[in-house]
Amino acid sequence: MYRYDEFDHAFVAARVNQFRDQVERRLSGEISEDAFKPLRLMNGVYLQLHAYMLRVAVPYGTLNSRQMRKLAHIARTYDRGYGHFTTRQNIQYNWPKLSDMPEILEELAEVEMHAIQTSGNCIRNVTADHFAGAAADEVADPRPYAEILRQWSSVHPEFSFLPRKFKIAVTAAERDRAAIQTHDIGLQLKKNDKGELGFAVWIGGGQGRTPILAKKVRDFLPEADLLSYVTAIMRVYNLHGRRDNKYKARIKILVHETGVEKLTTEIEAEWAHLKDGELKLPEADIAAINAYFEPPKLGDRAEGWGELAAWKRSDPGFADWVGRNVAPHQHPDYGMVTISLKPIGGIPGDATAEQMDAVARLAEDYSHDEIRVTHEQNLVLPHVALADLEPLYRALLVEGLATANAGLITDIIACPGLDYCALANARSIPVAQEISNRFGDPARQAEIGDLKIKISGCINACGHHHVGHIGILGVEKKGAELYQISLGGSADENASIGQITGRGFGPDQITDAIETIVDTYLTERISSEETFIACYRRIGAEPFKAALYASEAEAA
Amino acid sequence: MKTAATKTKVLTANRLTDGIAVWLGANGEWTTSLKEAFLARHDDAVAAIESAGQQALDDNRVVDVNVIEVEETEAGPRPFRLRERIRSDGPTIDYAPAFTAGVSHAA
Ligand code: SF4
Repeated sequence: MYRYDEFDHAFVAARVNQFRDQVERRLSGEISEDAFKPLRLMNGVYLQLHAYMLRVAVPYGTLNSRQMRKLAHIARTYDRGYGHFTTRQNIQYNWPKLSDMPEILEELAEVEMHAIQTSGNCIRNVTADHFAGAAADEVADPRPYAEILRQWSSVHPEFSFLPRKFKIAVTAAERDRAAIQTHDIGLQLKKNDKGELGFAVWIGGGQGRTPILAKKVRDFLPEADLLSYVTAIMRVYNLHGRRDNKYKARIKILVHETGVEKLTTEIEAEWAHLKDGELKLPEADIAAINAYFEPPKLGDRAEGWGELAAWKRSDPGFADWVGRNVAPHQHPDYGMVTISLKPIGGIPGDATAEQMDAVARLAEDYSHDEIRVTHEQNLVLPHVALADLEPLYRALLVEGLATANAGLITDIIACPGLDYCALANARSIPVAQEISNRFGDPARQAEIGDLKIKISGCINACGHHHVGHIGILGVEKKGAELYQISLGGSADENASIGQITGRGFGPDQITDAIETIVDTYLTERISSEETFIACYRRIGAEPFKAALYASEAEAA
Repeated sequence: MKTAATKTKVLTANRLTDGIAVWLGANGEWTTSLKEAFLARHDDAVAAIESAGQQALDDNRVVDVNVIEVEETEAGPRPFRLRERIRSDGPTIDYAPAFTAGVSHAA
């Protein structure tokens, strides 16, 4: 993975010192909250309902064991022994003291991590396919390009005060695991007919109050043009993006209001000035960054095939876990293991310090020191020999990390909601927990099959509810929590925005409503081969609405 | 329309140093327990806590100062809004097994 050079080290260290001074001056009363707030936000420090919150960037979701141990140490030393992995592949601490922040940031800098640009109207942490660098179906590792974008966008003077925050996601497979169509810029690394690398470029995706899917503006952009083209997009957005209304300030609104053709013309015109200039990526630079992401040397481990078959026969629990949580690796003797942070009835995305330490140790033992954070709030060990799956599984079981539910109904995305978040209208986590408990039986989950439930505690949509197969949005109505359901959303290569079913449900009704939807699907599907989303797309919303609001229809 | 008697109000904020939710107590100190909050039952009292809040903000002891409405119950003041109840009682979930095991909720 990428290692900081001298410049990175000096820059992050200087930033820690600067913030230490700002915190000291704030605590001594020298600067007011109004002056301090933008400064703390620039360093990832928010104020939530109960305490400050620190959001730490995990660039493109990649961590090594040393970094994970540091995250565990911070949870234990400065927080209440746990952390929360988010839908942006970051980690949030919910209880750090302001007075400890400089210490925490200094500790993070020791392992080449920071919290810069995890807030504010700048280019945020660049996200990527969590299977990058290991997936059997990718054309190349997309992370070197995410790293190039990270370096370019870090404290970029021109793009530090954009109309609004800006999110970029990169993937390199046809199967989109990075939700690129819901990002301000989505990049799909691909090869052209000549075998050269380049990008399909999408712009203007976003969730929040106005969910819009991105539009493709380029089918193939040569890799050397990455920065010049992204700069052209940013310039056009920076110039024309609305600053008069925060809710209309994202690039998605600009694309929507201007029209993608006109905007593309403007981007191309801007790009014409830039493309042969200093932003053109020299091959040597691309190669140098790529070298940091050299895949680990994976020796053949063919013995795993036979062993795996035998273990699966003798332990159905292990077989289920392999079936759900292990995906094909580039090397046939290896697999990519999803470590579910969704124990039945648990808090989606939370991990204790002990669990983080365990994952760090297991990554060293079994995954060449590599860990990934997924936008679905799970962790991944990307390079595990099939021959090591059984001991890994046993070790994960002990830590409560072997839930075999990746992609199933209990693998729920949920934002922190009203249990923590100052912006929330309703709680998310207890809703996720109750649904998880209701459907926790492994046989029942298996029968239902692939189904993504995503829950947000307000319209900001951090829980990605618009693109859940079943989305749940918490709202406040007459002082009480109410949950709106939407159906048919999807964040993959066939992205779609869910449609609201109708009136919302109270906290004590929402799980029943989800069960009604699931039962309707089970009745309507052609066979168990037809997934929930495929069934929904075939039959539409009506049968689900009829089932959900049956009693009302009768009463009418 | 005639307004009913002023609803009981308390002053809340988050402590500057650690961000922990606090309420203004009857003794003028900030307390981490809503039960010990000073109950402002009429307009003058509300004006007094509002100015105390402004003062505390100016003194850089707390941030995010707000006057909130509570209902007086036998168990103590209970905020009308769920958000404020969660601020007072903590997350409604079993969020930090290691931490909560070592700390008495009664504290
Ligand atoms: S969706 Fe709303 S409630 Fe949930 S974390 Fe985001 S801002 Fe907070």
